[in-house]
Amino acid sequence: MADTMQFDLVSPERRLASVQAREVRIPGADGDLTAMPDHAALITTLRPGILTVVSAEGTSDYAVTGGFAEISATGASVLAERAMPKGEVTAADMDALITDAIAEAGEAPAEGKDAANKLVADLQALKSALGF
Amino acid sequence: MPSLKDLKNRIGSVKSTRKITKAMQMVAAAKLRRAQEAAEAARPYAERMNAVMAGLAASVGGSDSAPRLLAGTGADKTHMLVVMTAERGLCGGFNSSIVRLARAKAAELIAAGKTVKIITVGKKGREQLKRDYADHFVAHVDLSEVKKIGYDNAQSIARDLIHRFDHGEFDVATIFFNRFQSVISQIPTAQQVIPAKFEQAEGTGSAALYDYEPSEEEILADLLPRGVATQVFTALLENGASEQGARMSAMDNATRNAGDMIDKLTIQFNRSRQAAITNELIEIISGAEAL
Repeated sequence: MADTMQFDLVSPERRLASVQAREVRIPGADGDLTAMPDHAALITTLRPGILTVVSAEGTSDYAVTGGFAEISATGASVLAERAMPKGEVTAADMDALITDAIAEAGEAPAEGKDAANKLVADLQALKSALGF
Repeated sequence: MPSLKDLKNRIGSVKSTRKITKAMQMVAAAKLRRAQEAAEAARPYAERMNAVMAGLAASVGGSDSAPRLLAGTGADKTHMLVVMTAERGLCGGFNSSIVRLARAKAAELIAAGKTVKIITVGKKGREQLKRDYADHFVAHVDLSEVKKIGYDNAQSIARDLIHRFDHGEFDVATIFFNRFQSVISQIPTAQQVIPAKFEQAEGTGSAALYDYEPSEEEILADLLPRGVATQVFTALLENGASEQGARMSAMDNATRNAGDMIDKLTIQFNRSRQAAITNELIEIISGAEAL
């Protein structure tokens, strides 16, 4: 079994990471999951959270919001709507996101209310996980 | 025949024009490089997104539960045209070529008895379309304050579009922009974004093997709005690169024309100067001979 797999993290504006990873911990919409080489092919959406990549060079964390992950036996790629290395995120960024999400939750139609509220809660959880 | 003084002034003014166009060309070249890099950086995301969505759309598309953004409203009555142009002029045929395409499309749709609504992005397109289609305008997006186009700009345009779609304001949305080919060639393009259309080049076979979490429908419903935003974003970036490319070649031409003009004026200036000197000499000589 191969030890590593190709991992790509891309946001619409740039490619943040492209490394040989041993494992990737992904905040999936239905719960966190860890992808390792030879994982079953899976596509999942993301919730806001922290994505951890373990590679030969060490462990790196990224804060991601929304998007999806595509996992196959030989690689994983995460397409995040917004992604930043954990160290670069500021409290102000998070506050802006949360304010937007709250405003949107207020406007959301009845059937989308739960999802919108969940997004706010996820963002708040992410903010506290980042230590702000 | 202009006087020597006039000629001199003209040469001076053409020279300063040349300086300006030269400077604009160099600024455009620098901006073009940055715009191209941004377009390049956005490509992996857009390609993956497209591949995954094409796969999903192929497997979900046929069913009744397909989201409206994919399946459409079932009608083809009202068309929304999103015309993306630049905020500034002096870039050759860049704005006109997009507007020409949009205008042709609008005329065709109106002739077919459809309702046309127009959203303009960028001031120049709005100005050009105002004469014929001012009644069709529903919104305008001003990007003149935006230095560097970000995903947020695209997202807000996409969100507005989807909002209007959900409220039944239109059935089909098409975006108009210039696809960047090279500095001398930009291709005006019309691309339908709602209902979503995918190039079925790849992913149709392999995507069927994936597990989906949550269900395919839910993922698709989550991804489609993002897909619209991504398409708008790609279009904005392509447009940005095209604009700078078009401006660069337009200004290069202008600089060269100014150079030619200066040469011509300088020759004219020298000739008239010599003619004046010869004239004076003749007058002196014939005066001396008369004595």
